[in-house]
Amino acid sequence: MAIDTTVSPYRTGVRFRSLRGTYVREWFVRALLGGCSALSVLTTVGIVSVLFFEAYRFFEAPEVTFWGFITGTQWNPLMGAEKTFGVWALVSGTLIVSLIAMLFALPLGLVTAIYLSEYAHPRVRAILKPALEVLAGIPSVVYGFFALTVITPMLKIFSDGFSTYNATAAGLAVGILCIPIVSSLVEDALRAVPQSLRDGAYGLGATRFEVSIRVVVPAALSGIISAFLLAISRAVGETMIVALAAGSRPHLTLDPREDTQTMTGWMVQMALGDVSSFDLAYLSMYAVAALLFVITMVLTVSGNIVRSRYREVYQ
Amino acid sequence: MTRTGKTVSDHPLDSLTLKAESRRREFLDRGFHWFCIATAAMSVVILFVLLGSVLWQGLSQLSWNFLTHYPEANPALAGIGPAIGGTICVCLICGLLSLPVGVATAVFLEEFPPKSKLGRKVHSFIQLNITNLAGVPSVVYGILGLTLFVTMFGWFGSTSEPALEIGGKYYDQFFTAGEKVLLLPVDDPGQPVATVQPGMKAMNSSGEWVDVTVVANRRALPSDPALAEYALILGREAGRIIKPAPWYFRVPFGRSVLAGGLTLMLVVLPIVIISSQEAIRAVPGSLREAGLGLAATRWQIVRNVTLPAAIPGIMTGAILAMSRAIGEAAPILILAGAIFITASPGNLMDGFTVLPLQIYDWAGRPQHEFHNLAAAGIVVLLMILFAFNLVAVLVRQFTQKPLS
Repeated sequence: MAIDTTVSPYRTGVRFRSLRGTYVREWFVRALLGGCSALSVLTTVGIVSVLFFEAYRFFEAPEVTFWGFITGTQWNPLMGAEKTFGVWALVSGTLIVSLIAMLFALPLGLVTAIYLSEYAHPRVRAILKPALEVLAGIPSVVYGFFALTVITPMLKIFSDGFSTYNATAAGLAVGILCIPIVSSLVEDALRAVPQSLRDGAYGLGATRFEVSIRVVVPAALSGIISAFLLAISRAVGETMIVALAAGSRPHLTLDPREDTQTMTGWMVQMALGDVSSFDLAYLSMYAVAALLFVITMVLTVSGNIVRSRYREVYQ
Repeated sequence: MTRTGKTVSDHPLDSLTLKAESRRREFLDRGFHWFCIATAAMSVVILFVLLGSVLWQGLSQLSWNFLTHYPEANPALAGIGPAIGGTICVCLICGLLSLPVGVATAVFLEEFPPKSKLGRKVHSFIQLNITNLAGVPSVVYGILGLTLFVTMFGWFGSTSEPALEIGGKYYDQFFTAGEKVLLLPVDDPGQPVATVQPGMKAMNSSGEWVDVTVVANRRALPSDPALAEYALILGREAGRIIKPAPWYFRVPFGRSVLAGGLTLMLVVLPIVIISSQEAIRAVPGSLREAGLGLAATRWQIVRNVTLPAAIPGIMTGAILAMSRAIGEAAPILILAGAIFITASPGNLMDGFTVLPLQIYDWAGRPQHEFHNLAAAGIVVLLMILFAFNLVAVLVRQFTQKPLS
């Protein structure tokens, strides 16, 4: 049989499927996934525009001046003939609670992280790590309850000066909440320090204490600072604990035994109370929220910047 | 040695000084070790004190009645039934929305590398944005939800006069002398409220049309209970009520389950995205390269290679994100307020309460009985969270295969 030479080698019966459908689908999927990603950007846009649009309405009111809001120390928007909006009365509450929390959580979290990363036997780690994770997973309302029913009565044993609602109990509870955050972030930073640095120090005859404090901690310093900043941001934004345990009297004080009101505490009071949504006090909630957002954003962003810098060093 | 400013020759090299020096350093090391142990033990002690105090106060309150009953004013009868129902509904909405969106975002960021310079910038901007969103306090999300979902800036009317309403049926409601309810269906919500007219018919509570005995005034009301059952006074005005169907929907959402679920979704979305990204990143690159070598497109690789391999990690992260959502109280508190709820939500627009909010409500009261109730609520909440974490651990244990 003669070979049919008229058949082109390209016409052997094999059909190639058009790839157009695949490309169209590929493009479609990419657009869909990109759209989902855009949602998180939209969230940020939403937060910023809601806060600043409503805060602008607040500052438009004749009773309020921006300067008076930022520098004033009297917060009295509900009662009295003359309403005052000096946010420092609330900021001082946030400050004192966060300060107590950080005085408690930063050293404790740091030392726990050093222990976990440098000292702990794997068996101890296997107990301590899950315990910290459980502590981190407990909802903040539970810490608020703990502050109110356990910490405050304990503080009252030490001193009669503590009122039922006080900044110390709230601060300590916020601190407990922050310990696992600090310790896990710092531990990550300590573990990122190359083993060769430790080995070098051990080779020179250093003890474990000297290796930890003089070599590992300074090498991980940017990571530790970033962890601290993120923890402070978390403490400033904490709501349920202060709403339950810190009280609701906004006034400028640095006495940790008194009751006080934080920025978040004020927001909760406004959302819960039966203040009309056209009231100026209600609008002040947005101005306070905008301030809180700016503070936490500055802390978070600088924390992330510091952290990304230390990443560059060791990777 | 230059750091301390001393050189070897500065030291008198007798063995006694060296020994003392090394003993001091040894002592410092051991002392710090014990200090570390004490500090670390403190967290464990705090954990046990916390759990112990909650269990001590709460365990005696736990009963079937507590789990199912609504939060009455009488602490002996109060329960967390509606709170559990609300928590389930809100978290279901939150999970069903945040999981697909979060995984899609993670896939987009990890598996679809940008082709252009602009694309790279967009990618890193989205990434930066997500990292920073994770640091926004949840109470701020509550404010966002309150404005965006609950009132919708007031652009679409209010909850009593919504711009869009589906599945709600309006009735005019009368109370008869025999304390029965009579209903007149309303076709157009705009029409004025009905009044009692002679010879009118109305629906009773079981949906049957009955004749109404219309009387002129209160004194003319029949004393016979059988007649008084459907007796109304002439000229009385009805009350307008709405009976929502299970698919009832309106815009704006009001202080509803849907608004709560959407807000919680925004809260947990960054967590879902970040944990999914980590799970996807843990899939070895060689698997992807094998796919690329077979001329698979990006999406084919994602669907057939990366996602199946990353699913255990994604699930673990999603479960942990859901346990965060269950415990989250601040945003719900801002947008729902502490309203008294007696039933689990029956439709998406129903008012609701969640378990942490109920705990907050009870914990904030001065009476000791309510503190015990709050403790019992915490026990239930912690048990739910514990179950979630257990599931996450089991998923991690049983589905993780070595990939490389």
